[in-house]
Amino acid sequence: MKGLSINNISMRFDLKNGSSVQALKDVSLDIDEGQIITVLGPSGCGKTTLLNIVAGFLAPTEGKVVLNDEIVQGPGAERGMVFQQGALFEWMNVRSNVAFGPRMKGMSKSEQEEKVKHLLEIVGLADFEDKAVYELSGGMQQRVALARCLANDPDVILMDEPLGALDALTREKMQGLVLKLWKETGKTIILITHSVEEAVLLGERLLVLAPRPGRIHKEYQLPFAEMGVNMDLRDVKKADGYTETRDEILSIIWEMEEEIMGRAEEN
Amino acid sequence: MAILIFYIIIFVAAFYVVKIATSFTKSQDDFTSLKTVTFGDESAVTPNRAASFISVIAIFAIWAAFTGSKLIPIHVPGPFVGDLSFSYTAMNSSGETDDADVTITVYDVQSGVIPDKLEIEPGDGFALNDTDQIITYRSGLIKVQKNDVGGKDKDYKVVAVNGQEISPEQEVFVDNARIYMTRKGTLSVTPEKGWQMQPVWLPAPETVWSRLVKVGSEGYKNFTLWEHLGWSLIRVIVGFLAGAIIGIPLGYAMGLSGWFRGWFDPIVEFMRPVPPLALIPLVIIWFGIGEQGKIILLFLASLWIMTISARAGVSGVKISKIHAAYSLGASKWQIMRLVIVPNSLPEIFTGARVSMGVCWGTVVAAELVAAQKGAGMMIINASKFQMTDLVIMGIVLIGVIGYAIDILMRISENYLVPWKGK
Repeated sequence: MKGLSINNISMRFDLKNGSSVQALKDVSLDIDEGQIITVLGPSGCGKTTLLNIVAGFLAPTEGKVVLNDEIVQGPGAERGMVFQQGALFEWMNVRSNVAFGPRMKGMSKSEQEEKVKHLLEIVGLADFEDKAVYELSGGMQQRVALARCLANDPDVILMDEPLGALDALTREKMQGLVLKLWKETGKTIILITHSVEEAVLLGERLLVLAPRPGRIHKEYQLPFAEMGVNMDLRDVKKADGYTETRDEILSIIWEMEEEIMGRAEEN
Repeated sequence: MAILIFYIIIFVAAFYVVKIATSFTKSQDDFTSLKTVTFGDESAVTPNRAASFISVIAIFAIWAAFTGSKLIPIHVPGPFVGDLSFSYTAMNSSGETDDADVTITVYDVQSGVIPDKLEIEPGDGFALNDTDQIITYRSGLIKVQKNDVGGKDKDYKVVAVNGQEISPEQEVFVDNARIYMTRKGTLSVTPEKGWQMQPVWLPAPETVWSRLVKVGSEGYKNFTLWEHLGWSLIRVIVGFLAGAIIGIPLGYAMGLSGWFRGWFDPIVEFMRPVPPLALIPLVIIWFGIGEQGKIILLFLASLWIMTISARAGVSGVKISKIHAAYSLGASKWQIMRLVIVPNSLPEIFTGARVSMGVCWGTVVAAELVAAQKGAGMMIINASKFQMTDLVIMGIVLIGVIGYAIDILMRISENYLVPWKGK
């Protein structure tokens, strides 16, 4: 079966003082090939833990992740990751960063070069091959990170708040780019974000996680990502239902945050 | 004390002179000059290059002025040279008094010219005139009674100098000299020494320079100057490289494996604060005073620094970089080679700079203790023969080379790890 399925994942950390934290409890999710899913939730709800489990950096205490009929047992090139800023290799120029994955696969130099050129064009950084990454702006660095991930041609792209450190204007442009890449490459994308607006705009499916224990609280099927492929994102925000959906999710998150705060105060 | 006051005067005077001088030139409207708040804003403080220039000039000027250098026309007063004279009053055993004159030629022995003894009239009365010679900066016992009539009598004594009364263990000041009467009643004359430093304490800049030219062409103690400095440098480089070759892999191992870290942590943390100089006696006992001992000492000096910097370099790698590399399909070996090693280079370079500095200091100290060649051996040997010019020359060269090493390390750092701090 093609696609990614997350089966009854639970995650418990034992703390040094003897107690334990239930970061995730019984999370199940099936994602079809080519879907873009955004994951939202208050801080401490296990979003990043979930992504790290899918990426294979963490082994769940219960359950399993299956990608294309194979159980995930560690990190692998078929699951690409895009991090927040700072995950590029500063000692390499833009070309070597993007060509890193193909190089690991043993692809020939000329093929690498062709691939780099093509991808940089897609992300809007043509002719930046020889630049050092520390010379680029934050937005440009994230474009390189996207290109580096795509260069490996992964089945699933996992994004851990990739636009979190960008300023509002750059962020809006990059959101458009993410949608464009999604449509052009047809990749399955899981994107974690703190921004409700971003989650509503980019997610075909939107998952709201609840904390303690981390679990799926609610799921939305949204039309805005599809609309955003052909429309300006600012027009999408004026579309029917956008504001209502955003406000509804916002109030859910608010409630959860308040509850966390209240519990913290009680302690 | 006089030197410190001079220095402060030059410091303050130069500040106002430069301030007034620059106030006439058109001020630049760069960003810093437009800031109104500069006190406390570290970024607004840039070194004043005029100050740096004057600072270096001032040191040489003071050095020259206080050593009577020929390089500059103005000097502080030097020692008295020439003839000084005073009179004394003697009392003989029958209680009579008589005056006589003393003329003393003070000459500079460094000039190589020894003046002839003065011809003087003996004068009248029982006290007769005297003459003598004294070298600058020295004092001389002048036995004025010796030629006097009855001067060998037990009660014959000098009672005044230039009309001022004097008795044993008292002093009298005359023009250009201090006169002290010893317990036995002999006059001790100390000509005015001036403010200048004696060459044996601080030679003039040109003396140091001519020593450099001489040692540079003739060598010192069977080795040329370049061999002395070269040997010190070779020891530093070999010791440092040995420390780096062992220390960097050890640091990586400690950064990557809990067993290595647990095993070597106590050793590294214990050895790190031990100054390498404290190891010199032990190293000499174990390995002797030859090259082997020095290289091992320098190896130990750089080993811990390099180990710790490599370990810090590994711990400093962002986990997202490692995760990114894994999810791009890199193997452990590829992550080591392409992520961990380059990521730790800035830390290792910092460590290498510190380590080279420590090694250079340690090698000079080790050579002070025992060596046949080397910069440290040169200066300690010169000090035993009171060749202060050679000592100062050696210190300057050691400083210049240490500075040059650091600049070279910084240049190669900019070239090899341009992403550092970005």
